[in-house]
Amino acid sequence: MNRNSPLLEVVGITRRFPGVTAVDGVDFSLRAGEVHALLGENGAGKSTLIKILGGALGKDRGTILLNGASVDFHSPADALAAGIAVIYQELVLCPHLSVAENVLMGHLPRAAGLGIDWPAANRRVAGVLAQLGVTLAPTTLVGRLSTAQQQLVEIAKALSRDSRILVLDEPSAALGQRDLEHLFGVMRLLREQGVALVYISHRLEEVFAIADRVSVLKDGRLVGHWPIGEVTMQGLVRAMTGRDLGVIGGAETDIAAPVRLEVRGLGRKDAFQDISLSLRAGEIVGIAGIVGSGRTELLRAIFGADQPETGEIEVDGVPVRLRSPVQALRHGLGLLPEDRKLQGLLLGRALRENVSLASLRRFTRFGILRPAQEERAVRALMGELQIVARGSGQSVETLSGGNQQKVVLARWLARQCGILLFDEPTRGVDVGAKEEIYRLIHALAASGAAVLIVSSELKELFAICPRILVMREGRLAGEFAGSHLREEEVVDAMLMGGRSDGTAAVATG
Amino acid sequence: MGLQQSLPVERAAGGDRQRLDVREMLTRYGTFIALIVLIVVAALLSPRFLSPVNLMNVLRQTAIVGVLGIGMTFVILTAGIDLSVGATLALSAVMLAGTLESTGNIALAMLAAVLAGMAVGLGNGLGVTLGRVQPFVMTLGMLGIARSLAFLYTGGEPIPVLDRTFLTLGIGYLWKVPIPSIIFIAILIVAALVLRYTPFGRAVYAIGSNEEAARLSGIEVGRVKTSVYVISGFTAGIGAIMYCSQFASAPPIAGEGYELDAIAAVVVGGTSLFGGQGGVIGTFFGALIIGILSNVLNLMGVSPFAQPLAKGALIILAVLIVGRGRRG
Repeated sequence: MNRNSPLLEVVGITRRFPGVTAVDGVDFSLRAGEVHALLGENGAGKSTLIKILGGALGKDRGTILLNGASVDFHSPADALAAGIAVIYQELVLCPHLSVAENVLMGHLPRAAGLGIDWPAANRRVAGVLAQLGVTLAPTTLVGRLSTAQQQLVEIAKALSRDSRILVLDEPSAALGQRDLEHLFGVMRLLREQGVALVYISHRLEEVFAIADRVSVLKDGRLVGHWPIGEVTMQGLVRAMTGRDLGVIGGAETDIAAPVRLEVRGLGRKDAFQDISLSLRAGEIVGIAGIVGSGRTELLRAIFGADQPETGEIEVDGVPVRLRSPVQALRHGLGLLPEDRKLQGLLLGRALRENVSLASLRRFTRFGILRPAQEERAVRALMGELQIVARGSGQSVETLSGGNQQKVVLARWLARQCGILLFDEPTRGVDVGAKEEIYRLIHALAASGAAVLIVSSELKELFAICPRILVMREGRLAGEFAGSHLREEEVVDAMLMGGRSDGTAAVATG
Repeated sequence: MGLQQSLPVERAAGGDRQRLDVREMLTRYGTFIALIVLIVVAALLSPRFLSPVNLMNVLRQTAIVGVLGIGMTFVILTAGIDLSVGATLALSAVMLAGTLESTGNIALAMLAAVLAGMAVGLGNGLGVTLGRVQPFVMTLGMLGIARSLAFLYTGGEPIPVLDRTFLTLGIGYLWKVPIPSIIFIAILIVAALVLRYTPFGRAVYAIGSNEEAARLSGIEVGRVKTSVYVISGFTAGIGAIMYCSQFASAPPIAGEGYELDAIAAVVVGGTSLFGGQGGVIGTFFGALIIGILSNVLNLMGVSPFAQPLAKGALIILAVLIVGRGRRG
């Protein structure tokens, strides 16, 4: 296979929507056997571009050349037939069907008569899975699989149709470190087999780890494309945002500050056991751990969203039992949930309603809402968080990911919570908005709030938390602060449980 | 749906605004436009349609389904459904008639109707929240229970309602407007204000839009959801008062199929069955559309066998038009 002539070439692609040109004269090329990273902030046009490649959207102008021949896709089926498979962020598998049925959907092998030749189907899928180095039984129901495994099923589905071009839309957003390593392994394998891969991610470290080339989009236009060896992280950030990313150091913990939240021996069956931690006013504490380590469940239990079975919680030195979020809110706790679309936003409703939802009492007198007061408070928060929207009446559905996340943050600011539990505060958020969210968390802590942050991105925790707790298999596996706050040690605790004697690693200094 | 999300918002503000607005107009005022079109067509088809007597008739006939539709709107906004309202109306009606017969006290009789309705609603609400029964199943079961109770209470026979003072409620006029219509409008205004200007109203929309997000934001989801079914029971009780005072009788078969008309009014009015979108003003127009349609078909002498066909077609058509540009 000639690795230098492009397999896919896109020339001058333009796509307009009412009021906006989402993709504007973009050129893009893809060679067989390469991983090509596509970068850009939310709204830069990445999604539109890959939807055009995948046949889900039409183009207004431009040419798509496949093996040098011009092609025109009218549906995802056209693109699939031409060997281009797009794996979107929201996976589209049928949870009640088996792995084999999902992989071979629409072309299951027929037995004599009307039946399906199940042994053949399972054999074929087992073959594809083996090609990916995945050990999964073809008869497993997809609904039982983890997100990471489901992604692999999607990839298997694409391969079973002999796709030569695979587009992965932010596959890492829902993956832990170990699953990501596995995915990268699969991608490298495919690359060696001559498959061309387009990889979209917000995390630059990943791009440097896997990509051969990188293209950056901004405001619908191509900023440029480079071999990965010719760019730096700073350079890519500048290309994406048009400015440099500032460095934010961690604030020092004030040991004289009062303890706001004390958790002792908290446990919940099948989720986490014997968790103790304390959080002081003005402190930012991180919780690291792979997906499934119990970190999200811990935050939810502290907030009363799920009930812990053992242990106790003190708020400002007073023992409390938080049986529901309502009670947690009364004690000044706020939870930024893991998945903003499923657990955070009222998607079809106005920005205003989303922001004031947790603090309606503030804007109510004699049982009646006071819209002017509400509007003033919402406007102030929109300014403070630099939320980009047409107005407070805009539906949050139409906001970009970063702005949506800021809306959920604004909800807790409006409530003036003193103890904030953030679960993945910057998931799926672009670099610029990320930085703003970090600054905001710092400002919150500086004003006396106690903040507990769960994140899959270690870099993020290191950037904003002076103290990091590590969870592994539902237990605290370590605590790191000061000079002991080193990445290798934290990763070690996340994966191996720290010290060989089995006790938790506690290192402060 | 991902389409709009991928657009940078700051730029969506400019550009060809025209197209966006037409679409938004249709989504927002579609029901109203449909109503105007229907009125014009009705006036052209039947000269009698616009006569004051006929218009008053339409208003009076719309009142019951309209009131039921208001309660139904609250339920549907939380992504629920209440199939029991017709049967609840019957139970409330026989309670009213029975109480009136034995005590002669109008106020007590009306109170009995409303309380019976709210009790049924409370049962629905608790079944849905504490029992975690799906609204469709819970209220379908309640439909049978309430209807059966009405039959058992009367022994199957209608109870006559003879109190003249009470009957003025159904057939009388106030400022030349039928009294049932005035009650309907009054309840409509209160409901619209509650939905818009109270934390309860916000909670109703929030729950329908994303129940988990509402719960994590400190909304007392169980309490609010129970309340919407109680409200629906309350409006069924009011509907029973209107029914008895209009027809001078409380048969246990009263209100059969009204739940479907009420749901149709809500849906034609642009409220999403998935919750979180819509409101009672739309339901008002929706009820009028259905009322006018029945009226015109009657005026034109269309066979009663064909009338449900026209109604059904209209409902689907309305949702096709109004629902365009709306997701889910």
